[in-house]
Amino acid sequence: MAEVIFDHVFKVFGEDIYAVNDLSLDIQDGEFLVLVGPSGCGKSTALRCLAGLEDITRGRIYIGERDVTYLDPKDRDIAMVFQSYALYPHMSVRDNLGFSLNLRGRSKDEIKQSVERAAGILGLEDLLDRKPRELSGGQRQRVALGRAIVREPQAFLMDEPLSNLDAKLRVQTRAEITSLQRRLGVTTIYVTHDQIEAMTMGDRIAVMNAGVLQQLDTPQNLYDKPQNQFVATFIGSPAMNIFPANIVQSNGHVNVKSGEDFSLHVPERAKEMLLKHKDQQINVGIRPEDIEIVDYAENASDGNIVRLPVKIVEPLGAEIMLHLDGPGEDPIVARVDPRVRLRPGDVAQVAVNIDHLHAFDPQTEETLL
Amino acid sequence: MTATARPRAAEATAEQSQARSTFINILRRIPFYLLVLVIAVYLMFPFYWAFRSSITPDADLFATPVQYFPENPTLDNYRSVLEDDNFIRALLNSTIVAASVTILALMVGAFASYAIGRFSFRGRTPVLYIVLAMTMFPQIAVLGSLYTLITDLGLFNSLWSLIITYLMFTLPFTVWVLTTFFQQMPRELEEAAYVDGATPFQVFYKVLLPIAAPGLVTTGLLAFIAAWNEFLFALSFTQTPDKFTVTLAIFRFEPQTAGGFEIAWGQIMAATIIITLPLIILTLIFQRRILAGLTAGAVKG
Repeated sequence: MAEVIFDHVFKVFGEDIYAVNDLSLDIQDGEFLVLVGPSGCGKSTALRCLAGLEDITRGRIYIGERDVTYLDPKDRDIAMVFQSYALYPHMSVRDNLGFSLNLRGRSKDEIKQSVERAAGILGLEDLLDRKPRELSGGQRQRVALGRAIVREPQAFLMDEPLSNLDAKLRVQTRAEITSLQRRLGVTTIYVTHDQIEAMTMGDRIAVMNAGVLQQLDTPQNLYDKPQNQFVATFIGSPAMNIFPANIVQSNGHVNVKSGEDFSLHVPERAKEMLLKHKDQQINVGIRPEDIEIVDYAENASDGNIVRLPVKIVEPLGAEIMLHLDGPGEDPIVARVDPRVRLRPGDVAQVAVNIDHLHAFDPQTEETLL
Repeated sequence: MTATARPRAAEATAEQSQARSTFINILRRIPFYLLVLVIAVYLMFPFYWAFRSSITPDADLFATPVQYFPENPTLDNYRSVLEDDNFIRALLNSTIVAASVTILALMVGAFASYAIGRFSFRGRTPVLYIVLAMTMFPQIAVLGSLYTLITDLGLFNSLWSLIITYLMFTLPFTVWVLTTFFQQMPRELEEAAYVDGATPFQVFYKVLLPIAAPGLVTTGLLAFIAAWNEFLFALSFTQTPDKFTVTLAIFRFEPQTAGGFEIAWGQIMAATIIITLPLIILTLIFQRRILAGLTAGAVKG
């Protein structure tokens, strides 16, 4: 168990393909850190660099007190769970679990004990003598986990370990991995493209895009205070609505205004910051759950009500997704009360929770608040 | 019309049409099975004829009308062949040569194809194609220069001359087939082994090689058969009966009966059957593994 540090790590393929671009992370001992981002964002490459499966171009990687930058995978004392599980097809579950200990020359008794302890933790006792091909997907996934925990390594590396499971099993295994990690207290770096996995599992989340770390924070902070437009739209489902608007000052209020009919007051906390951009265009962000039909809204007032035509109605049972014709190019999605009875073509009167308004610089896409 | 009558009628016609379609299906299959039969006879008849001749007493060999199974089957031919020291010696020689060729081809081939299949290095593709080009030349085209080479090395009339030259056509084949095997193995399997603490050599012999076992068995068997059946090099590079392989021994067969002055077809056929048996037995033993090699997926199911 140890701290893991990425110190200005670069991974460049060829001349100028920056798969990992100046990544610095300080992962604490026992922490569950999730690396998340769209495919091709460099999260898997970063993990493979940590595992030693890829050489890094520049920078340093530390596990515990040790500089492991130039060590072979076998000398880094880490365990990895692969997306395809990568179980050794010719070995029984027992031999799969014991393989790493065997390579390290542990005694037969010791291997047997460790394997049985790991099998006990994961409920694999009855499967020890089977071959991987005789196991279901979920069981294979457990064996892959077991192969990682059997050795009590410094850190667990997991590369999309749930993406081959069906939806139900995935939710279940998600919780199991989290509680297993809490129980064992081993530093874990977990790569996924699924922001729900990231939100539910991570102590902290590192959002990456195009090789660059966008934001490193707790799930709630990431959701409430995204540093830039990428994080804002990547975290949360459905994604945050983003549309261009102007900052205007009238009647003692500061408003974001888009077109003739769309105008919202700016919350007190944001006034000062946004006034710097007076009469300029910015990008406004509103999460779907911060838009509610006036009848069901708690805080409808003059300054936060807009009227928007309904394009699509998606009833989900517990809530309804309304696609509204907004000021931007994309429709504005609102997550509204299930009692709402609107149909496409109707005009919805919605109240926006302006306290949760986000604003971004249209050029840099950095937050303005 | 009642509600029950109609379904019953429909049922009857359904049954009829089902019977008819089964009948048509059988009819359709007849040409297929005829074809299978023709191919089987075509392939098996020479072997059957050799077997028939081997158990026919010499006197009955040319009897008319033809006996498709001899009236007085005999094992005399086998007895005399197996008492022939030269033939036993040839069996031993062939076993030594074919086994050495197989083992060497698998060892060298496995290393070569692991390197070609799993590592990227400059000149990898050219190497693969040069290897393939080796199989391009007809045996007869390289025979002259090989002969010079063998005599210069002082290997003429030794089993080594055969082992070395047979590798020339078994090794490229082995490398090609095994390279495909190694290339198909998922990268993550290898990486998992590295993370688990294996050195490249341990990855090779503890993880990749066992998975490639069906490929090794298949190529090994084919290499063995090719070496066992080879004739031209054996004819050119060996001279004395104590270095003959089985194909050559049969070619130069000296009959044990009739004072050695007539061609002993019965004994030749018996010898032919005897040298075929090891191949059949080997194939039967390994056929399950060969099939497994053709069908098994690597990790994901």
